[in-house]
Amino acid sequence: MAMSRDEIFSQVQEVMVDALGVDDDEVTENATLMGDLGAESIDFLDIVFRLEKAFAIKIPREELFPAENLMSNSEYVKDGKLTDAGLAALTEAMPHTDMSGFKADPDINKLGDLFTVSSVVNYIEMKLNAA
Amino acid sequence: MRWIWIDKFVEFESGKRAVSVKNVTLAEEHIHDHFPGFPMMPECLMIEAMAQTAGILVGEARNFQEKVILAKIKKAVFHHYVRPGDTIRLEAELESIADEAASTHGKITRDGDLIAEISLMFSHIDRNLAGKEFPEENFVFTDMFESLIQGVTIKGKES
Repeated sequence: MAMSRDEIFSQVQEVMVDALGVDDDEVTENATLMGDLGAESIDFLDIVFRLEKAFAIKIPREELFPAENLMSNSEYVKDGKLTDAGLAALTEAMPHTDMSGFKADPDINKLGDLFTVSSVVNYIEMKLNAA
Repeated sequence: MRWIWIDKFVEFESGKRAVSVKNVTLAEEHIHDHFPGFPMMPECLMIEAMAQTAGILVGEARNFQEKVILAKIKKAVFHHYVRPGDTIRLEAELESIADEAASTHGKITRDGDLIAEISLMFSHIDRNLAGKEFPEENFVFTDMFESLIQGVTIKGKES
């Protein structure tokens, strides 16, 4: 049975509340995992494990949070910003994420802001529909 | 330093679950200070004991090739005190394991009564996302733990 976006959101919300110890009203669509919800690197893995369990899916690490892999490629990063090639690769790797704001100023320090609650919901929606 | 907060494994199922026991005694020096007149096992040490039980479970699942480090206490809830003379039973279950990390769920009981629920995350630190490097030798699974693992029958191990 297909899940509605609202149903997916409320499950994702529960995962974030449990994994990050935040209140459910903090987990809004636009909240960033790192900036707003205080996630650290180990929390990302915790979140991935919990999402796999909640939705009974397998989530390859580099699929949901692919930025780490791109950062180490010198073709993709120049002077602390993503190059056009880097942006293209990131856009391809993260179809579930709204890049419009980031493209204007692809500062790698702002990469963390791409990981929002809604990008996670989009990803799960995409995964469940593909299954 | 000797830092072992479990006495032995009583059950061990590779990649699934491990059960250890710990006998709490007045011979442990710290317990006289925690607290004077009311000795009890510190809760932080119960977390450590669970981290050792679950950490060895995680380590064994990858044949002790990874450096397994406690990375996050997902949950630690305590229901009762543990006093000298008590034997506690620590049951750890492997919830998820991936190349980078593992998560476990565990409970501590005494004579069947629930004492604590402790869920943990472990990192395989050589595969950390930040790409930091650590010494080559496995400083986690040293010979300190050897006596604990020796002689334990590990169920479900291939080969």
